[in-house]
Parts: sequence; C-alpha cells; structure tokens
Amino acid sequence: MKSSLEKSRRRRTAGTYAFFIIGSIIMIFPFVWMFLTSFKSVEESMLVPPTILPQEWQGKNYDDAMASLPFLALYKNTILMIIWRVVCAVVFSSMAGYAFAKLNFKGKGVLFSLVLIQMMLPSQIFITPQYQMLAKLGLTNTVFALVFPGIVSAFGTFFLRQAYMGIPNEIAEAAYLDGCTQWQTFYKIMAPLTKASMAALAVFTAVFAYGDLMWPLIVNTDLKMMTLSSGLATLRGQFSTNFPVMMAGSLLAMIPMVVLYLFFQKQFIEGVAMTGGK
Amino acid sequence: MGKSLKKSRHGRSEAKWGYIMVAPTIIGLLVLNIYPFIDTIKLSFSKTRPFGLYEMRGLENYLQMFTSGEFWRANLNTLYFCLLTVPLGIFLALLVAVMLNTKIKGRTAFRAIFFLPMVVAPAAVAMVWKWMFNTEYGIINTMLSSKINWITNPNVIMITCAIVAIWSAIGYDAVLLLSGLQNISKSYYEAASLDGATKMQQFFHITLPMVSPTLFVVLIMRLMSSIKVYDLIYMLVEESNPALTKAQSLMYLFYRESFVSGNRGLGSSVVIWTVALIGVVTAVQFWGQKKWVNYEV
Repeated sequence: MKSSLEKSRRRRTAGTYAFFIIGSIIMIFPFVWMFLTSFKSVEESMLVPPTILPQEWQGKNYDDAMASLPFLALYKNTILMIIWRVVCAVVFSSMAGYAFAKLNFKGKGVLFSLVLIQMMLPSQIFITPQYQMLAKLGLTNTVFALVFPGIVSAFGTFFLRQAYMGIPNEIAEAAYLDGCTQWQTFYKIMAPLTKASMAALAVFTAVFAYGDLMWPLIVNTDLKMMTLSSGLATLRGQFSTNFPVMMAGSLLAMIPMVVLYLFFQKQFIEGVAMTGGK
Repeated sequence: MGKSLKKSRHGRSEAKWGYIMVAPTIIGLLVLNIYPFIDTIKLSFSKTRPFGLYEMRGLENYLQMFTSGEFWRANLNTLYFCLLTVPLGIFLALLVAVMLNTKIKGRTAFRAIFFLPMVVAPAAVAMVWKWMFNTEYGIINTMLSSKINWITNPNVIMITCAIVAIWSAIGYDAVLLLSGLQNISKSYYEAASLDGATKMQQFFHITLPMVSPTLFVVLIMRLMSSIKVYDLIYMLVEESNPALTKAQSLMYLFYRESFVSGNRGLGSSVVIWTVALIGVVTAVQFWGQKKWVNYEV
C-alpha cells in the first residue's frame, strides 16, 4: 500500500519535472536562437537546413547594428527615462499616498477620486493631447518628453496609500508627540517603513517604462533621442531581410535589463507580484 | 483648553501638509490626465486643420468610423486576438502556477525562467519570433518541415501573434496566480486527503474555488491589455505587410490614424470607442463574477 503511494508520488514528481524542463526549453530557446543567429553571417543564417552553432563566430553583425543605431545614445535615453520616471513615481506617490492614508484635509475624497479615474482609464486615451502639449511647447525629441506621461503615477499613489494604511497610526502619533514636524514624521519615520513597497513600485515602473513602445515612437522621432525599444523598431525597417543584424541589435537592447534581472531576480518577481493586477 | 488649542493647531498643520503633499500628484494628474481626457473627447468631435487648429464637426468622425470597413475589421481582429490569447493563456498560466506550487527542487529557477520575457522589451521579443517564424529560413518551419507563411498569410498572422503574446505573458500571470495559491491554507488539503480525495478532486474542489479571486483579477487584467494590444502586432506586422488588414488591432488603427495619417479626430474616436468597449467588458466581468468567484473564507 505504502509503496504504491510512494510510487505514484514519484511518478508525479517526474511528470512535474518533465513539464518544467519542456516549458523551460520553450521559454529559453528564442533567446538562445537570438544569441546564436547574431554571430552568423547572413548567408549562413539562410542555410537550409540551418546550422545550430555558427560556423565562424563573427562580431560583424554587432558592428553593423551599432553603425545603424546610435546605441550609446539609446542606452542613455532609456536609462535617463527610467531613472526619472522611477524617482518621480516613488517620491510623488509616497508623498501623496501618505497624505491620502494618514492626514485629514478637506476635499480628500474628491482629490482621491482623480487618482481612481486615472487608474481606470487606459493610457492611450491621454496620448494625443499629451503629444500636442509637448509639440506646442517645442519639447518633442527630448528626454523630458520621454518622462512626461510618467511624472506622476496614479497607480503608485494608490499602491503606496495601501502600504501606509497598513502602518498603525500610533507610530506617527508617537513621532509627532516626540516633536517631529509633519514632514519629519513622514520622511524620517513613516517612509522608511514602506521600503518594500517603494522598491516594488520602482521595479514595476522601470520594467514598464523600458518596454513601452507607442509613446517613445510618437514623441521622439529623432534617432538620437529614441529609446532602445523605439530604436529597435526602426532597425526592423532597415534590415528587413538581414536577421543576424536584427538579432544582434535586439540582444544589445535587452542585455542590460536581463543582467539586472539575473542579479535581482527575486526583487523583480516579488515587486511585480506585489503590484500585481495593474 | 490648552489641549484643544494644540489639537486644532495640529489639525491645521495636518491639513496644510496634506495639501502640500498631494499637490504634485494632483497637479500632474490634472495636466497629464484629466485635461487630456477631456481634450480627447473634444478631439473626437473635431477635424484637424493645418497649424494645429481644430474645427468642431459634431458626429462626423464617429459616422466615418462606424461606416468604415477597416474599423470593424479592427474590432474583429481585436476580438479574435482576445479569444486566442486569454482563455488559453490563463489556462497555461494556472497550470504553471500549480506546478510551481509543489515542493520540487529548482522551483525558483523555473519561476525565473518563465518570468524572463517580462523583463525583455516586447520590441526585442517580437524580433526574435519574427525570425523564428520566417517562411524560408525560420527554425519553426524547419522543425515542422512546413512552408507556412506565419507572418504574411492573413489567415495565419493572428495565430502567430497569439503564440508570441501567450509566451510573453505566461510567467507574469503565473506569478500572480502563484501568490493566490500560496495563500490557500494547507489544512484544507490535509483534511481532503484524509477523506480520500484524489489530487484531481482537490484541484477542482479546493484549489480552483480558493484561487478564483486571483483568477478573476488576472482575467480582468489580461482582457484589458489584450483589447489594448499594440506593440507586439506593430513589431511583427509592418505597414507594408499584406496581412495587416487581418492583424490590425484597434490600438494599431488608432496609432496609424492619429500619428501616421495625421487624422487625430478620427483616431480619438477610435480610442473613445476602445475605452467604452473596455468599460463594457469589465462591467460584464464584474457582473458575471458572482457566478464563479468565491470570496468566502
């Protein structure tokens, strides 16, 4: 009896492993193929049947990709966009989230409903007027334009408000009685208690800013002011048949985030899981 | 007396700080979201004129939109995309989540692998899939020893997009579902196994009802983002691709109308329509959830 139970459990474990191994191959293979193709010559990439490993590992595709896209500028723009968006989202959302959760003031409900309205509307509904504002001010093709829609984060405000609501009022009251001003209470006592939530919001903001395609395509049409995502989209038109160069370009575009992910894998996944559902 | 004075001063400084601290967010929301929202509605009733001017034209854009075959085609394409990706995608994500919830070695590594596409820009993801789906030299046709025009055949293109979309989202959805699964108390399963319930029975009578609130959130989110699909299709299907008519989603149409053809009035009508569509679909979901989502315990 016991041994048959044991046997069925072992069979199930084997099944689970088989599932995961096949699944992992499906998930990883495209990246491996991208990597291998990026080192092949165009002629080799068109061989039938295809070679698995490059006959001769060559870096020429990377030179070509870097010659047709200003990768340094793209990295710089993308990094600046991410940093500014993360800083703005975390700082402004912390302040507003704290005020909405812990302070009493008139009109709080009405103001908070603005946050909820923004969260319910898809971002595309704001895009055309946002673009027109920037165009009118002559601010297209700037880093500011890339950051613009992310200067405030309704979702971040909502998310950090939740975090502050989870902290007992007594902590703030004690700090206040000890002579902290409202600002000090927030900045020195309360904000540090939401570190995990702030980190989650930062990860979430960074991942989505990095992947965003429509906004950077619209607002920054000058190649030097593009992000990695929108830059790749132009590469697509230029090298429509030269796949090794496109693979090299894609790899260059994804490497920084993937490296960060390898180091902070747990924070990434937990950050996204915490902010989940948005 | 002294206490109440102190309290009222406290109250006043509290209110003052309240306004100061919400100010950046509220001003930002007004400028970046509330004003644009109203402006988009206005735009949808106007025609673009040179030099950034507008002319109110009543329902003209909407009439043009509702009588345009391309618009209805885009609706069908979007619907088809949702049907292809949402049920299968969520089913697979749940399967992965359930598997990740077992005690096996290496589960953190597997979780990280499934989640990987999330941290890669959709633009890069689309590039490699486009290469793998290439008709002559793509590895997928080679492995299947087929000659399918994955990217250029109008009848196949949505399936191609759906495969890439599911592959991209599965890890994200699985991570959300996994956190729902981990909240289920072990004692239910222990009691059930003592009563002789099989694993299958446990899944349908414990796991599924208990995870249904999370499943509902994932479903709502996935449906919304599928209705809004744009980047993946944009990267896979160029404007010169003959399959575009059968692949163009509502947001792709919006992008082309507003920013390629410069017809922002019509583009805005398309957005308003899409937002209304999302609203209706979400409302139906919330109404339908009573039948299957279990909020007890």
